[in-house]
Amino acid sequence: MELTTVWFILIAVLWIGYFTLEGFDFGVGMLLPVLAKDDTERRVMINTIGPVWDGNEVWLLVAGGATFAAFPEWYATLFSGFYLPLLLILVALIVRGLAFEYRAKRPDDRWRARWDLALIVGSLVPAVLWGVAFGNILRGVPIDADHEYVGGLLDLVNGYALLGGVTTLLLFLTHGAIFVALKTDGEIRHRARRLAGSVGIGSAVAAVAFLAWTQVDTGTTGSAVAFVAAALALVAGLVCARAGREGWAFAGTFVAIAAAVAGLFLALFPDVMPTTLADGASLTTANAAATTYTLKIMTAVAVIFTPVVLLYQGWTYWVFRRRISVQHIPQPQPQTQPETATR
Amino acid sequence: MDPTDIARWQFAITTVYHFLFVPITIGLSAIVAGYEITWLRTRNPRWLRLTRFFGRLFLINFAMGVVTGIVQEFQFGMNWSDYSRFVGDIFGAPLAVEGLLAFFLESTFLGLWIFGWDRLPARLHAACMVLVHLGTLFSAYFILAANSWMQNPVGFGYNPETGRAEMDDFAAVLFNKVQLVTFPHVVMSAYMTGAAFVVGVAFWQHRRASVDEDRLMYRRALRTGAAIVLVSGVGVVVSGDVQGKIMTDVQPMKMAAAEALYDTEAPADFSLLTIGTPDGKEEKFAIKVPHLLSFLATGTWDGEVQGINDLRERYEQTYGQDPGAKYYSPGDYTPVIPLTYWTFRLMMGMGALAAAVAAWILWATRRDRVPQGRLILWAAVALPFLPLLGNSFGWIFTEVGRQPWVVFGLMTTAQGVSPGVSAAEVLTSLIVLTGVYGVLAVVEVKLLLTYIRKGADPVEDVTPSTSDRGDDQPLAFAY
Repeated sequence: MELTTVWFILIAVLWIGYFTLEGFDFGVGMLLPVLAKDDTERRVMINTIGPVWDGNEVWLLVAGGATFAAFPEWYATLFSGFYLPLLLILVALIVRGLAFEYRAKRPDDRWRARWDLALIVGSLVPAVLWGVAFGNILRGVPIDADHEYVGGLLDLVNGYALLGGVTTLLLFLTHGAIFVALKTDGEIRHRARRLAGSVGIGSAVAAVAFLAWTQVDTGTTGSAVAFVAAALALVAGLVCARAGREGWAFAGTFVAIAAAVAGLFLALFPDVMPTTLADGASLTTANAAATTYTLKIMTAVAVIFTPVVLLYQGWTYWVFRRRISVQHIPQPQPQTQPETATR
Repeated sequence: MDPTDIARWQFAITTVYHFLFVPITIGLSAIVAGYEITWLRTRNPRWLRLTRFFGRLFLINFAMGVVTGIVQEFQFGMNWSDYSRFVGDIFGAPLAVEGLLAFFLESTFLGLWIFGWDRLPARLHAACMVLVHLGTLFSAYFILAANSWMQNPVGFGYNPETGRAEMDDFAAVLFNKVQLVTFPHVVMSAYMTGAAFVVGVAFWQHRRASVDEDRLMYRRALRTGAAIVLVSGVGVVVSGDVQGKIMTDVQPMKMAAAEALYDTEAPADFSLLTIGTPDGKEEKFAIKVPHLLSFLATGTWDGEVQGINDLRERYEQTYGQDPGAKYYSPGDYTPVIPLTYWTFRLMMGMGALAAAVAAWILWATRRDRVPQGRLILWAAVALPFLPLLGNSFGWIFTEVGRQPWVVFGLMTTAQGVSPGVSAAEVLTSLIVLTGVYGVLAVVEVKLLLTYIRKGADPVEDVTPSTSDRGDDQPLAFAY
């Protein structure tokens, strides 16, 4: 297999890692006002992802860095072309990341309410915009012969891409609800399970529509197989969620998202960013790639270190495997007593 | 306004801002790991209290470093797409490796450290912070390798067919001679910064502590901290000295710009301060140390240091008419001289002042002395800001001093900017990010002050429970 193809696959794997992992912690963030009835319950939800959200987000940073190294043209065109949406995503990720660490640091309701808002909006915005961005990548955008994005912001707003945004939004909500059901106990677990059922149906409808549209437009045999697998996994996951088999349900949405992203990349290949202009040039794995030498070095690094990362990240999930419920939340929080403890 | 100027302002603001948090993260992770290991060895709860106390401050700072770091990785592509196209083959590789080796390590093991007090055996818990620190060092190494390549491009060839710089020797990029001195220089200054933070906080708490044990605990923290400031300060000086000589070799204009030396001199003096005409080309008053610039640049007291005028001619012969001239005066290869001149001095001045304060504090607290004066308290509280400012001045110097180049000798900053991004877009981004950063600075500093004021928790609150606690018990830590 050509190295450029290997790296196309590796980039796809990084995005799969990002969407399957941060997908559920986006979901948990967005569901904060829906599933939790009071501050303790909100803390239950936040603490289900507390130890892992940052590691999940690194998948995005590595996907970005790997794209820069393996497909510099792709990185340059994509990031400069999708400028304002990416700026929005950046701001969302900034306030969201701080919300986790800062929210509990002051025993002040207004302070917490603000960080809750940061967490909710900071999860919602990227959950939608990543879908819109991928929709536009698949659909093609105006790229001229110099590989320069020449469209405006409105070129990124179209039915197909918006459907992509709705799809990621609903999928991440479902994925997050099932994760909460899997990781909590008590009232909140039941609420999450019920919600997963209703939002799940919506996500299935949106996903089938979006993936079918993709298949009709740019699909290949490979993408068709992946999309069917995604649909089956999603349905199986939702059935398991109804039956109270949360572990299997989570595996279902996890595989569904992974297969859907894999299918999108299969539908994209060998382009990485097709153009909609007749006299433009599509970016492909061939013309966007770094040199063979760089790809070889990067391959060696990836082959050695990715398994190590997977091992210790997997181990973290094992360490924090137990369910959390309201009784596990320390009250009052020792870290937020205002009075000077050493006096 | 020209999009290039706005993009440069954005890069300057976001990078200087990001680098306020980075050195504290590097330095403090090492110190907190040191406290925890000392606690494991001595079982003296004092060290556990310090671990918890400074660990909490570390986390408040770390969160800012993480979120501002995302911007760093994105803005190369957003604002500097032609730069990214040109250098991606070389520059992208260390960035990707940084993510894979460093960011995963830091984020995963920090999560384990924060939440793992009752989930992990004590040794493993301490090891998590050691791994976090290792992650920060990996991160520093790879990103500095990328930056060093911009200062001194090596291990590549220019491919006229693709119009790109293409890597042909990764080892040369990783072990660039500029990198080999930049890494120790930056890491040592990071230790200095982290330790200065500890000294400032501990000195202040020491002064207000009313319990003997608390006083003793903060005293230990401030004395070990001051010692680290001094020792790493020596490391900063030694590495910086070698760095100066290498810089004279690979970027002579930067050295000339550091002194605002217009005419080649042998021996060359170093001026501590100069008052000159507004354009910086003529001096009116200066305090000079004879021969010092010769020593800094060449290692001999009489060495010849090339001046800006000679270098400009040489650069024009080598590279032709300055391709970045529209930013400066025509035919000019000089960076903004007053900026390089003052940032170079201020960088060294801040470092020297920090070391002096640390030495004073060590001396004033020798044996069992407790210094009472107001002045030493102010000096201790000001101490954390000195290396922070020194770091910023150092980066501004080294980046401004490279101008008009973004990659020395290969590509100018003006050539690297995104051609498809409008001034309005970059301006939006600049305003939004600066606004968000400004608000967050207030939030972060307030939070830090709250927790600094609160001080270390009493022993009974920090003693971790044994692992036999039931699964129904509250978590040892929760957000």
